[in-house]
Amino acid sequence: MSLDISHLSKIHEGDAEQSDIRIFSDITCRVETGRFLSIVGPSGCGKTTLLRIIAGLEPASGGQVLLDGEVVRGRDQRVGLVFQEYALFPWRTAIRNIEMGPEIAGVPPDERRAAAMQYIRAFDLNGFEHAYPKALSGGMKQRVAIARTLIMNPRVVLMDEPFGSLDSQTRNDLQNFLMTLWTRRKDTVLFVTHNVDEAVYLSDQIMVLSKKPTHILKIFDVSAPRPRDRTSRESNRVRKAILDLLAGPS
Amino acid sequence: MRPPLKASNIIPVITLLAVWQGLCSVGLIPSYKLPSPIQVARGFWDLLTLGMPPGHSLIYHILYSLWRVFVGYAAAMATAIPLGIAMGWSARLRNLVGPILEILRPIPPLAWIPIAILWFGIGIQSAAFIIFLGVFFPILLNTIDGVRSIDPVLIEAARTLNATDRDVFQKVLIPGAVPAIFTGMRIGVGIGWMTLVAAEFTGVRQGYGLGYMIMTARDIQRADEIVAGMLVIGLIGLSIDGALRFLERRLIRWR
Repeated sequence: MSLDISHLSKIHEGDAEQSDIRIFSDITCRVETGRFLSIVGPSGCGKTTLLRIIAGLEPASGGQVLLDGEVVRGRDQRVGLVFQEYALFPWRTAIRNIEMGPEIAGVPPDERRAAAMQYIRAFDLNGFEHAYPKALSGGMKQRVAIARTLIMNPRVVLMDEPFGSLDSQTRNDLQNFLMTLWTRRKDTVLFVTHNVDEAVYLSDQIMVLSKKPTHILKIFDVSAPRPRDRTSRESNRVRKAILDLLAGPS
Repeated sequence: MRPPLKASNIIPVITLLAVWQGLCSVGLIPSYKLPSPIQVARGFWDLLTLGMPPGHSLIYHILYSLWRVFVGYAAAMATAIPLGIAMGWSARLRNLVGPILEILRPIPPLAWIPIAILWFGIGIQSAAFIIFLGVFFPILLNTIDGVRSIDPVLIEAARTLNATDRDVFQKVLIPGAVPAIFTGMRIGVGIGWMTLVAAEFTGVRQGYGLGYMIMTARDIQRADEIVAGMLVIGLIGLSIDGALRFLERRLIRWR
């Protein structure tokens, strides 16, 4: 399923004492079916807000979000979101976190347990299915969070800096894990990160945002074949171009 | 957390009892004011076997008191928890109901006794109503806090899994507030138990109740039975708190 963002803008409306704050304006881009697009930009540029709008968690001030060309209003079941800080339910074990979506959808207990168990196995969480989040490492928590989103079979997967709080080794492992997973599933992914290396390693396309007031600086295509070499000439070329652009006079 | 029962905890208690017994034995404390530990133990035995007033055994006083607390406590939980969750969730409801509760809350439960007797007469309803008042506010305030302290991102996470308002209530707000609700229940049971004894001072129709029992013992100058009754009240309060702690640890392993 393709995702279109059309002239999206967000303004925090001010009051008597404060004037309106423009978060971003005129963001337009298209993520083709089964493509992986990353958004990079300086912190505070509204990347998270953009994802929240697409996920239907907050309204846009202008513009539209379209799935396969149809306008989406508010929360749409076909869109899944992986949160920045895992957002696992601390009172639920790993497997019951993964089961939450099917449980809400009314899937019978045996069926949803079996489905969640498949994710436990595929996500290398064996033996931890009955552990509470407090007992899981950061990498495991994020795998549970991704499983919890993917078990709903969303047509568009939004990820908000999912690996931002992990150490670099765990981060590399999870990037590889995500790539293996994505190569098999071919979900349409919109991935927010402030890490340019990560974006270059993962994405088909990279949208670079400016500082506030935020607009699109450029959209890069990354054509290197997967699995990618993090230090290949192509990777370095794109990385340098993006870093130059971010450091630039804008 | 409470340290486990061990020698270093028991020694001060034994020392206190020994000093107390010694002071009484040499006549420094008159036994009509404070009976010695041995006299208190005898008083306890009399309460069990003869009863106070005679024929009204300690066991029945305990059962009647527990029953009154249970009724008031159950009523408070049944109202304070749902109201607390709703008030934690809805700022509008908080603003609407909050000011009324703020006026009622500082009134000590015991100050309600006269009006309670006017409304319900002397009996279980009066006592249960007083307990209810003592227990209601701690549970309510803790439940509101518990709901409000739930990370909003968890509610959003549920929303992205297509949760309705009802799902958010059942699967996020209630489980998320359980630890705070337990805190409220533990504070509440302490207050409820204290309030009960005072409520029973003012009279009970059935002729049973720990507060009634020690007031009756006072009428006939049985200091030993008064102190024994006080200790029973304290030990039961301790046991209830212990039981709730146990339940808390079993139910909230995720913390």
